[in-house]
Amino acid sequence: MRVRLFLLAHGRSGDKGDMVNIGVIARRDEWYDFLSRELTAERVRGFLETLAHGEVERYELPNLSALNFLVHEALGGGGSISLRLDAQGKTYAQALFRMPLEVPPELEGEVRAHWGETLPADCIIDTPGAIDDEPGAEERL
Amino acid sequence: MIRIASGQAFWGDWPQAPFLQVRSGPIDYLVLDYLAEVTMAILDKQHRRDPQAGYARDFVDDIGDLLPEIVDRNIKVIASAGGVNPRACAQALLARAKEQGVAGLRVGIVEGDEILGSLTSEGGPQIPITPLDPTEAPFQEVAPKLTSAHVYLGADAIVEALREGAQIVITGRCTDTALALAPMIHEFDIRSDDWDALALGTICGHIIECGAQSTGGNYLENWRAVPEPECIGFPIVEISARDHAVITKHETLGGFVTLPSVKEQLLYEIGDPSAYITADCIADFTTIELEQVGKDRVAIGGVRGRPAPDTLKVSCVYDAGWKVSGQITYCWPEALDKARAAGDLVRRRTEDRLGEGKFDEWLIETVGAGACLGAVGPTPGDLPEVVLRVSARSSQRAYCEYLGRELIGLVLTGPPGATGYAGGRPRASQLRAIWSGLVPRSQIHPRAEVLTAEVPTNES
Repeated sequence: MRVRLFLLAHGRSGDKGDMVNIGVIARRDEWYDFLSRELTAERVRGFLETLAHGEVERYELPNLSALNFLVHEALGGGGSISLRLDAQGKTYAQALFRMPLEVPPELEGEVRAHWGETLPADCIIDTPGAIDDEPGAEERL
Repeated sequence: MIRIASGQAFWGDWPQAPFLQVRSGPIDYLVLDYLAEVTMAILDKQHRRDPQAGYARDFVDDIGDLLPEIVDRNIKVIASAGGVNPRACAQALLARAKEQGVAGLRVGIVEGDEILGSLTSEGGPQIPITPLDPTEAPFQEVAPKLTSAHVYLGADAIVEALREGAQIVITGRCTDTALALAPMIHEFDIRSDDWDALALGTICGHIIECGAQSTGGNYLENWRAVPEPECIGFPIVEISARDHAVITKHETLGGFVTLPSVKEQLLYEIGDPSAYITADCIADFTTIELEQVGKDRVAIGGVRGRPAPDTLKVSCVYDAGWKVSGQITYCWPEALDKARAAGDLVRRRTEDRLGEGKFDEWLIETVGAGACLGAVGPTPGDLPEVVLRVSARSSQRAYCEYLGRELIGLVLTGPPGATGYAGGRPRASQLRAIWSGLVPRSQIHPRAEVLTAEVPTNES
């Protein structure tokens, strides 16, 4: 099953100069290892390349089942002079949470059980190939 | 055990929070943060026009109203409301105390963060300063344009004011985390080299420094699940020993304190989690152990810290020209196409009139059609309306003002269905950029002083 990262993780983003930090927290501790394998710095950079132009650094916080990404050159010069509507990168986390991930069958069951009836339908990407026209698709496939 | 309550996370935060924190249950300390990075430059400008201005007036109004209760219950208040003029802020609060018949109030102030004069004196800086980020421009490049320079002070001078019996402590620029760390140092006599305890207090400070962001505000995990958001409770830290803290909130208020709500805030605005550097210590976030120990109670343990660096961070603000930004709404049919066409039109007309290259940067966004998420977001369909947002930067105010006129001129001269411009012509506003540096700690001298209504104080 192909799902969006939002089903597996939550978090928050904020600014540091022209850089954005995105905290990604596993919704269940057992999912941290899967996320840690899938969410490489390169893959995050590829997915966000239409928004940010710089490098991506990744830090691990296994104690919180979380990863922290520092995305460089992300705010058009930095919060105080940026012209962007989202000058402080508050929406970057939500952008990253649209990243599609292929989850193995056993994890699919856990994800469905975790969400129950509240599972957001738009976070399940049913048809293979449906995301091919999305940015960074080549990076992921 | 002491309870440290957050009451304000930035100047403009929820106005009911300080009142609810004081009136909804027991607290020992109320800490309020008012200073974003650019706030200092704005306050500095106000201070130059009026020597009695330059601080957060909302603080004086809000805490002024609460003073009788605060004094009656001996709640200590620590606030970075002083901006560039803590003394005037304290005097305004003492005047409010007198009006209300509150006698004997002791208000501490912390000064010594302002170093603009030392950096821009003739013959070069008297304090050596290096860029925080090596890729930043050298200091000499920004020095002539500086409008303010403030050092992020740590908890020391706040603790000193508390030891001198201050009920209220008003600071200028200090770290957000120091506001909550100071009471812990004061109450538990934390040694200045007890790095683990200082790191625990710093991490607790980080968790509560953004107010409701740790109790269900701006909460991504499941925003619908936040209970009673209309009366969301701001966080409270309970500290019972140098190595034990619990994040909680008043029982009667809304929101919640859970592992996910605390984690979202822990991950907020951090860099390398193993080295969260403040003026007081280096805290290692990879050592934090969280445990839900009851309803709305998250315990924090395991925290390790390392010695504070021998440099302090200084935030310099310099003039970076002008910007203008304005919006017009276009409705169906073809809302997005019309908004895009109007954006192109206003740029072409402006450049035809002024000539090309008058702006350092243009940004044309379509709000409702991907201004935030861009190509990563969902593909916009047949939209009922789209907001065109046009922004530009220039070294010249006049160019920005002119663009504002061009933008409003679109209403009768561009695509149909334009509305939502009732705010009138967008005006140019001054841009202030931040240059961050490091200065030797040994050259910075924080000072604490306690003012009382009874003793006349000297103007500085």
